[in-house]
Amino acid sequence: MYGNDFGDPDRAPLNAAETSMYADAVAASAQANSELLDSFEAIIAADQKVEPRDVMPEGYRQTLIRQIAQHANSEIIGMQPEGNWITRAPSLRRKAILLAKVQDEAGHGLYLYSAAETLGVDRSELMDKLHAGKQKYSTIFNYPALTWADNGAIGWLVDGAAIMNQVALCRCSYGPYSRAMIRICKEESFHQRQGFEILWTLMRGTPAQQAMAQDAVNRFWWPALMMFGPRDTGEHAIEGGHTAQSMAWGIKRFANDELRQRFVDMTVPQAQRIGVTLPDPDLRWNEQSGHWEFGEIDWDEFWAVLRGNGPCNAQRIAHKIRAHDEGAWVREAAMAYADKAARRAASAREKEGNAA
Amino acid sequence: MSTDPAAGMSERGWPLWEVFVRAKRGLSHVHAGSLHAPDAQLALQNARDLYTRRQEGVSLWVVRASDITASSPDERDSFFDPAADKVYRHPTFYEVPEDVEYL
Amino acid sequence: MSSTYEHPRTFSAPLRYVPGAPMNTPGRSRQGLEGELAAAYLLGLADDALVYAQRLGEWVSRSPQVEEDMALGNVALDLIGQARRLYTRAGELDGTGRCEDDYAMLRDEREFRNVHLVEQPRGDFGREMVRMLWFATYQHELYTRLAASTDQTLAGIAAKAVKEAAYHVTHAATWVVRLGDGTTESHERAQLALWWVAPYVGELFTDDEISIAAADSGLGTLPSALLAPVRARIGAVLGEATLEPPAAPTWSSAGGRRGVHSEAMGYLLAELQHVARSHPGATW
Repeated sequence: MYGNDFGDPDRAPLNAAETSMYADAVAASAQANSELLDSFEAIIAADQKVEPRDVMPEGYRQTLIRQIAQHANSEIIGMQPEGNWITRAPSLRRKAILLAKVQDEAGHGLYLYSAAETLGVDRSELMDKLHAGKQKYSTIFNYPALTWADNGAIGWLVDGAAIMNQVALCRCSYGPYSRAMIRICKEESFHQRQGFEILWTLMRGTPAQQAMAQDAVNRFWWPALMMFGPRDTGEHAIEGGHTAQSMAWGIKRFANDELRQRFVDMTVPQAQRIGVTLPDPDLRWNEQSGHWEFGEIDWDEFWAVLRGNGPCNAQRIAHKIRAHDEGAWVREAAMAYADKAARRAASAREKEGNAA
Repeated sequence: MSTDPAAGMSERGWPLWEVFVRAKRGLSHVHAGSLHAPDAQLALQNARDLYTRRQEGVSLWVVRASDITASSPDERDSFFDPAADKVYRHPTFYEVPEDVEYL
Repeated sequence: MSSTYEHPRTFSAPLRYVPGAPMNTPGRSRQGLEGELAAAYLLGLADDALVYAQRLGEWVSRSPQVEEDMALGNVALDLIGQARRLYTRAGELDGTGRCEDDYAMLRDEREFRNVHLVEQPRGDFGREMVRMLWFATYQHELYTRLAASTDQTLAGIAAKAVKEAAYHVTHAATWVVRLGDGTTESHERAQLALWWVAPYVGELFTDDEISIAAADSGLGTLPSALLAPVRARIGAVLGEATLEPPAAPTWSSAGGRRGVHSEAMGYLLAELQHVARSHPGATW
């Protein structure tokens, strides 16, 4: 299969879904809750899953809706930068793999909207908020995919970072969300391997291909680090008590900085194996801490892109709105037909009833 | 076509369907997730694309979410309509709160 | 990718096959001639599949619903799979040993043997479903017969492709019925789509030297023999959809099987081939 095309002498895991962190989460999820837990607090305290029909604080419900919706939106918007390369893939095999990957992303978006809907919101409401700019999606997709190598960088770095976040969410207290995460992680692990393989192949190719690969990594490294969000403490930390409350509710399990550090530690050796240089002159192994130290993120850029002023924000939303608007007549036709079919079926049953 | 969110809200959305998949003979159907479709035929086709990637030998059931009746988790008086508990919190049951200022 | 292959200047020369003439033409072995013809026949099938997959790939992130992005993506994936297997077999038959990407990325427009229907730019969703209905029904009838091809490899490819085409037909028919019998607007758009597609369908069912030779040898099947069953099936769908078959078109597309395409093909190939051609000999 695709994932075994290249050698990996260390046999180190390529992404978080291949670590014991993921395996533990899957095992924990499978554990049946035989205890009759009679309150939300008891469920959280026992580290068990909250299910759709359980009583829950309104803040918990709203936080989850927002977070799951943002996640779903990310998958849907994320189809655009890579989707644009389907028609230009340099080989038929790559074309097929890329198509399959983008389809998976569509599927993930649908799983996630389903999970959000269990909380009492309709998908069309969430779509409307996205179109109106009232709901966010991962900032990484506001960067353009400019070359074929970008597909490699996106698979390796962006999916790698996403998986790190998602494996953590496999332990989320809300059942439908954690189950969606477990399924998604498994599929995205495959995507990350594809990205790695694209870059691996480029770096063993022509000088032009190597330059393409290095250029893509130069543009996606820092945005990938920004995917973990603001720092947890200090000058650039997130304002307000979101983090603490989310932690208490079992929605957020690990701090942003912790996940970001894990990602860096995992990815730097991979960069060395691929043969690309990460664009951070401050990147340095710290023997004492056992971690890779890295430079300061450009927080101005982070907040700018988050607030809607990145290179592709307007374009991504406009593209989504256009597809939605152009398809309205199709969706209406489908509903009209469904109504007609239902009426015909009803009158047919009536006739049968009268004839009897 | 408009980009006005209110106009989008008034467009009737496709209803929600629950999907159950039996991966192979000998197992039973397992709840795989949900999707939106205007009718049963498209629901089945979409379910095949979304939940089985068209593997052969897989059996699929699709059921309108509104047709599923679920047992209530507890008897305490609560937000739920006791006459007909549905699988999900029905979206129109709650006031959708004003937009909170996110991040 | 083959390492010994060089660009085939010889393939732009006209084939020497004359219907009814003896197969042993001077200067060319019977096997070589048969192999070239067989390969040319397969390339028509492969190019149809690849070019249509290229158009369907454009629908990803542009469909009316995310579920439809997935469905059209699946159809495109099936077609790419068919193209890859057909190209590989063609490379074995024509003796060049070319691989799938040699055919897809390195041939010029004149060497592509797809019909005009599949290269046309996308219109609205109704137009796409009508195009898919015609093309998939044609493919289904075609592959049903090719499952009995004297070429074992083609027979195997066809056996798998029949099931895929059946799915594509169902998908397109489901939508054509809903659009035709939906709203006034969808009915009008579907009717317009039928009118738009009409000049392009005849080409699918037009016999040419290569398909006649293929049918004679048992490798392939006559395109003209597919018209009646395809038309009957589509007629049934249109009936259920409350749609009128359009009047006979005043012109018909032609030339695709000879490498003479419409203006759309140049742009399509530029997009398909640009990256691969920019890095000659590279591996991806």
